Amino acid sequence: MSIETIERSAVISGAGQSDVGRRLFRDPLELTLDACLAAITDAGLTTADIDGIATYPGPMTQPAGFSGAGLVDVQDALRLELGWYTGGIELPGQLGSVIDACLAVAARLATHVLCFRSVYEGSAQGSKGRKAVMPGGGGGGGFRASGFMEWTLPFAAPSAANWIALMAQRHFHEFGTTREQLGQIALNARANAALNPKAIYTDPMTLDDYLAARLVSTPLGLYDCDVPCDGGTALIVSHVDTTPDLRRPPIRVEAVGTAIRGRPSWDQFDDLTTMACRDAAAQMWERTDLTPADVDLAELYDGFSFITMAWLEAMGFCGRGESGPFVEGGRRIARDGELPLNTHGGQLSAGRLHGYGFLHEACVQLWGEAGARQVGGNPEVGVAAAGGGPLAGSLLLTRTR
Amino acid sequence: MSDELPFRILPELTDRNRHFWTGGEHGELRFLQCDDCVYLIHPPVPICPRCHSKAQHAEVVSGRATLHTYTVNHQPWMPGPGLPYVVAIVEIPEQAGLRLTTNIVNCPIAEIEIGMGMQVTFEHHDDVWIPLFEPERS
Repeated sequence: MSIETIERSAVISGAGQSDVGRRLFRDPLELTLDACLAAITDAGLTTADIDGIATYPGPMTQPAGFSGAGLVDVQDALRLELGWYTGGIELPGQLGSVIDACLAVAARLATHVLCFRSVYEGSAQGSKGRKAVMPGGGGGGGFRASGFMEWTLPFAAPSAANWIALMAQRHFHEFGTTREQLGQIALNARANAALNPKAIYTDPMTLDDYLAARLVSTPLGLYDCDVPCDGGTALIVSHVDTTPDLRRPPIRVEAVGTAIRGRPSWDQFDDLTTMACRDAAAQMWERTDLTPADVDLAELYDGFSFITMAWLEAMGFCGRGESGPFVEGGRRIARDGELPLNTHGGQLSAGRLHGYGFLHEACVQLWGEAGARQVGGNPEVGVAAAGGGPLAGSLLLTRTR
Repeated sequence: MSDELPFRILPELTDRNRHFWTGGEHGELRFLQCDDCVYLIHPPVPICPRCHSKAQHAEVVSGRATLHTYTVNHQPWMPGPGLPYVVAIVEIPEQAGLRLTTNIVNCPIAEIEIGMGMQVTFEHHDDVWIPLFEPERS
């Protein structure tokens, strides 16, 4: 052992999830609290033990459904007494909030931190579809763009689908990546979703189905885009010293990655084919003696299929530009392949729980509690990463014995 | 360009960005430039990110660009250009790494190639001239 990092004072002691559905039409705070209480119980704790909260993105009314609850809503509903808290959107991806919690318990500002992320984008879109959640209500009314959207909205590029498509097309150009290769991310997610009782889309999908689906923003088609849903996910980050108090051996946080070394921008970042995943993953590996070869399962953000490709390369599971050949045919990334990937079905098929779903799945798998979709071989090391474009954060996790 | 202008969400004009969004009135693509180190500052901010000077002016560039990447958008996100339309990122030759997200116009989709030379053209809406790009005329 040559590297010691502060995040190893943190463990993940519990994981919980609410009902998840395409459109549940339920109070999003209720879903959030369901997830939070499930996680607290899962850890073997009570609300009286929770003395910290971390969440992403904090309370937001726009885009509709993007934030199911703010930190204050949860603190007050559960009557929590806090030593530390944080909530916000300017973080290293959605899991940046969990990483903050790791640092807070290491600093002993809190002992058990409730981390949550909830969404109700499915219900918010209702029958009006995507237009209902577009900036400015989909145009009209004299709405004018400001902030970073000033540089995309006037060009009718309002969606991350467009921005990620631009990155994917550049990757196709530089490395010869194909839609058939990209499609393996979607097919793999769908195959895994079939074994996840909470997944949104579980019908079998073939490469022909994938290729025949309507195009959204080339090279991305319908099945390259995640599915808006309703649901909440929560994780409990605890100090490692509390391990004897927990219901079962917790998941250890081996290393985290938070770096962004290029411009924080969807179009000005130096290398559009890697984006910030490159920096977060590189930093994570600098903080551990483990290597990509030690990883038993990978839960890598797939808000759009291409982002998973970028994470595969950033994580060093394959070389730069080599994610296409790496996933070719899908065997390597299958649940029983050499690198089981997005074993719950990802956001592409299990629903856009927005980052936290990947960490939840990594923990459940390392605990051996994934039921029908449990990865074989008693996995010991997992990686969870979330974020796309200029947002990226990752955690390397190990099972304690 | 068609006489019928598509609906577009326009930018909020401020003292910081007006040079960029109104340059097209004079056929000019403009970026903020540092008076001291000539760095082109985009998006505009009140200091030079390279040398921290506050002395700056709106500089007119050539209007040429190289196509860095593009996507053919098929999704009707909101009222806008007729589907499908092309969203692109172009690089401005006056400074390495300086890019704009834009639309490609006046070019059949089949003829679009990453690396191709482009030139600016403007679409006038209200008090805004939106810089779009078309293939460079040889």
